Amino acid sequence: MSKVASMRDAVAALIHDGDVVAIEGFTHLICFAAGHEIVRQRKRDLTLARLTPDLIYDQMVAAGAARKLVFSWLGNPGVGGLHAIRRRVENADPAPLELEEYSHFGMVGRYAAGASNLPFYPLRSYFESDLPKANPLIRPIRSPYGDETVYAVPPLKPDVTIVHAQRADAEGNAQMWGLLGCQKEAAFAADRVVVVVEELVDEAVIRADPNRTVIPGLIVDAVVVEPWGAHPSYVQGAYDRDNRFYLEWDAISRDAAATQAWLDEWVYGVAGRAEYMDKLGAERMAELRPSGSAPSGSVDYGVYE
Amino acid sequence: MSEVAFSASEMMIVAAARELAGQRVCFVGVGLPNIAVNLARLTVAPDLELVYESGAFGAKPARLPLSIGDPCIVTGATAVVPMVELFAYYLQGGLVDVGFLGAAQIDRFGNINSTVIGPYQHPKTRLPGSGGACEIAINARQVFVIMRQSKRSFVEKIDFRTSPGNLGGAESAARTRREESWLGSGPSVVVTDMGIYHFDDAGEMRLDSIHPGVTLDQLRESMGWAPNTAEPLPVTPAPTAEELRLIREELDPDGAYAK
Repeated sequence: MSKVASMRDAVAALIHDGDVVAIEGFTHLICFAAGHEIVRQRKRDLTLARLTPDLIYDQMVAAGAARKLVFSWLGNPGVGGLHAIRRRVENADPAPLELEEYSHFGMVGRYAAGASNLPFYPLRSYFESDLPKANPLIRPIRSPYGDETVYAVPPLKPDVTIVHAQRADAEGNAQMWGLLGCQKEAAFAADRVVVVVEELVDEAVIRADPNRTVIPGLIVDAVVVEPWGAHPSYVQGAYDRDNRFYLEWDAISRDAAATQAWLDEWVYGVAGRAEYMDKLGAERMAELRPSGSAPSGSVDYGVYE
Repeated sequence: MSEVAFSASEMMIVAAARELAGQRVCFVGVGLPNIAVNLARLTVAPDLELVYESGAFGAKPARLPLSIGDPCIVTGATAVVPMVELFAYYLQGGLVDVGFLGAAQIDRFGNINSTVIGPYQHPKTRLPGSGGACEIAINARQVFVIMRQSKRSFVEKIDFRTSPGNLGGAESAARTRREESWLGSGPSVVVTDMGIYHFDDAGEMRLDSIHPGVTLDQLRESMGWAPNTAEPLPVTPAPTAEELRLIREELDPDGAYAK
């Protein structure tokens, strides 16, 4: 059964006001196209979960889509802070923003517990840190097999997880390569899953390389074909991270009016990702293509009849 | 060898890279650790295995990544794994020799704050937070820190303890690590733009080397406590022409890190 849908229809059908939404992907494969569509459809009161809120949540927070963040590293990597979020946190400008904070291992553990239907994930972190004081959901537990104490974090089960991938078939069997972040854990933990891909492929392409399938169509509700949907994040082998934009956002986001003007121009002012890419232009896109090719060797799975 | 002029940041990066001589597996933090570790790989530690929390093991980046999740750490790496596997099997499993961290604030015992300036609920400045730093500080065999020092960053009391160092001193830290079965033995070196510190028997930072051009008075005025100081106090050897060439031409041609 084909689950292929437009971004507009997928977001309208699967994301509701007040949902816990995870647009995952660690630096790599962050689906900005979905975040922008959520903004365009003026979804409200979302709890946004991500290890690194990154520019996408800075933009969504600036647009008023979120009431709460669940996260583990709140910055613009290699550049500095996330200023729209900082305005909300430091000055309640224009409104307060609730924070629920973990470490990276805690966040990936939370998704793993959610995906495995377990009541908590145990880890050796948080000893003598102030994080459990800041977030009382991080709790020490005694091992049932000895005297050892470890820390536990609760499962994170998003209402909706959105992941970007290089390719999927129409049923949503998705293959990705490069940094995998916690895409798999976040997808299995979620009630509903949207897979956004650079390329829709035939089922035979998926079946020719089953080890590369990270997310099975079994758990996928919609497949959106959206080339360049991760920009200014990147897709391994397809286009590079647009570091120039990550640097530019620092200046834009320091100014609340400039931030709104950017949203007006690049989010509200376009119908969707195709128009956004037209606006970005062929020259910039060409600059972001990899400088060369680095194909993997192929492996032989064998035929067993 | 002819003397080439260098910046305080370049001296800091070079001194930090040299500290990695002889190390095998290094978990690379975001920011300054990234350039120091990559310089070490090209100079004193050619066999260094770079671990990035984004999921790459044995990364061989062909350019210096702005972020620690850049595509260049994937192409040519030994392995790329899901983050849960990286934290659980590689870090918590005990395979990381050095965790290399940055910090916004540090105290004399090497406890690190990267979360907030001011109270947590109403911060004056909201910083990025832990990322992987908290579990790295606990599970890496030892911790290296690279940061610029000032009265604001080298403080008597940090505003929030994101990542534990030697707690209130070596004795209490050793007891806690034993009781809680930590793999790590805590911080071993802090490199700044003014000098190099190691940790003494009391678990406290000791100034072991001062960078060329920095006076002891300047250094003392750039921290919130009076540091124990090695006597005699050596001057850090200046960056070599080759170290500077690698930073300026190969690793950081835009001056993003070394400015």
